[in-house]
Amino acid sequence: MSGTPVRTDVRTDAVTDVRADGKRSVAPGVRLGQVSFVWRPWLVCVTLLLAAAVFLVFCLSIGVGEFPIGLPQVVRTILGRGERVDQFVIMDLRMPRALAGLVVGIALGVSGALTQSIARNPLASPDILGITGGAGAVSVFLVTVSGGAAAAVESTLGLSAAALAGGLGTGLLVYFLAWRRGIDGFRLILIGISVSAVMEAITTWLLVTADIKDVARAQAWLVGSLDNRSWGEVRIALWCTLVILAVVACAAFQFKPMHLGDEVAAGLGVRYAMVRAVLLLCAVLLAGVAVSAAGPVPFVALVAPQVAMRLARCPTPPMVASGMVGALLLIGADLVARTALPITLPVGVVTAAIGGPFLVYLLVRANLR
Amino acid sequence: MSAEFITEIESGARGLARLAAKGVTVGYGGRNVIDGLDVAIPPGVITTIIGPNGCGKSTLLRTLTRLLKPASGSVVLDGEDIARLKTRDVAKKLGLLPQAPVAPEGLTVADLVARGRHPHQSWLRQWSSDDAGVVERALALTGVADLADRPVDSLSGGQRQRVWISMTLAQGTDLLLLDEPTTYLDLAHAIDVLDLVDDLHESGRTVVMVLHDLNLATRYSDNLIVMRAGSILAQGHPRDVITAELLDEAFGLRAMVVDDPVGDRPLIVPIGRTHVRLDQVPAEECCK
Repeated sequence: MSGTPVRTDVRTDAVTDVRADGKRSVAPGVRLGQVSFVWRPWLVCVTLLLAAAVFLVFCLSIGVGEFPIGLPQVVRTILGRGERVDQFVIMDLRMPRALAGLVVGIALGVSGALTQSIARNPLASPDILGITGGAGAVSVFLVTVSGGAAAAVESTLGLSAAALAGGLGTGLLVYFLAWRRGIDGFRLILIGISVSAVMEAITTWLLVTADIKDVARAQAWLVGSLDNRSWGEVRIALWCTLVILAVVACAAFQFKPMHLGDEVAAGLGVRYAMVRAVLLLCAVLLAGVAVSAAGPVPFVALVAPQVAMRLARCPTPPMVASGMVGALLLIGADLVARTALPITLPVGVVTAAIGGPFLVYLLVRANLR
Repeated sequence: MSAEFITEIESGARGLARLAAKGVTVGYGGRNVIDGLDVAIPPGVITTIIGPNGCGKSTLLRTLTRLLKPASGSVVLDGEDIARLKTRDVAKKLGLLPQAPVAPEGLTVADLVARGRHPHQSWLRQWSSDDAGVVERALALTGVADLADRPVDSLSGGQRQRVWISMTLAQGTDLLLLDEPTTYLDLAHAIDVLDLVDDLHESGRTVVMVLHDLNLATRYSDNLIVMRAGSILAQGHPRDVITAELLDEAFGLRAMVVDDPVGDRPLIVPIGRTHVRLDQVPAEECCK
């Protein structure tokens, strides 16, 4: 077809000495049958350690309460070989709360990692995509405006579901407003911030004009909390999260070149507009699931990917590690909120108090090097 | 002049073009930048698109690489309409380096170059020994193997551009399209990068670039495409194409075209309003 020989590989004849110091330049690969991937020992170790830490905090969180249970007993009971009393306390009473923390933490961590990667901006988090703002405005509306349609919605849907609908609705609004022949990260952030500001203004207006008793109830919801979770709610959140994470895992491979920018990704054969649309939708849905399960817990989605990036020494937020850090932060904060402090605080207060300084510490440490 | 040249290429005088645009009309938001343009890229040589700012040279390159979809007409790659091919299959044949790409902070050279293997990988097969070999060779060929562990953002502009070209090479295509590969580089680094591009073409690759600097374009290209206002004014070897008349017509530039004292191509000497010895300027240039 062509007048010149078609070469599909890099020229080899000119290369005799690959590297002056004789070292290999490229990361080694691992092959298991048909499956092969790049071997990154540090990332794998950090992720495994984080998973172990999550499991530890998860068990600790279950053990703590009015009727303390030791760590070995908790582990034994989770594995299905515990005593009957422990079985009841752990599996029926405490498991929903701990699982809700795990699911919400993972969902927020991955959602943040996705939005930050898509926008190529560490400040992008699902909070700015309008989900938190929308969910907050809807729930405060339902709590503070009594009677009529609001009461009817609250009694049929429940506060969490209504908040989820509000959050997703706002998230999708931002998404479609930002759509202009595909999604552009910068435009997304600007529109997200604008829509969130409107939602927050509505929330503030409702709080200022509402009855003081309703305000207290609305405030409690706005901070985010894991109190009074039931198995039913947690099961739904768990399945939704698993399905969305499966979609994310499938699309993650096509997403890899997109860290280099749209045009480079397009040159490498990625249909970037579609991949981005799918993953952004996943991020919105994950944040929505988290909001419906625990309210708008602040800061986890913003800080978890950044912490994971620095721990794993990755240039871009690592998905699995971000989820693990999210879970660690959320369950850990809930544990601290219930034990270390004289009064029981909602988890949202503590996530911000722990996550913020830790990120600052990581940034300062990087500066000192 | 341009029409005759295109027929000559298409008739097979220099081998069939693997990449060609046929009657493409492209624009942004309703305004057509290019209207019904035909062009064929001769194989095995370096083709450079030149022209004044806003003439549509980057638009043409982006259309040839499927980054822009023409409103009408088609881009043909190996006899098939590029819009009908899977973008992944196109990526196995055609490598592309956009203008001034940015790597995430902290990404190492080896990891960046390894991304070039993406079109050859799949969800299950994310890294093979083939990939490792090709990436090693791409690093070595562009002279950045010793920088493999360094973050891309810690390198100088010239080194960085070599790394990006290395990534495009790792893609393993014999068609390379580079959008202003020398942007933001000083002259020494620009020469360095273009020497590298010339090496790549020597080993059988077809290169298409957009360049701003006319003398660099003249020195390093075998085929120049001169554009003005969305259409092709002239195409051919720099020796045949670069004349004072053409420079005036395309760029509105007053210049002398002289023999390059070190190269085998013409050299463009621009004539500005100041610092010019008028007695050295030929009479016909003076009167314009």
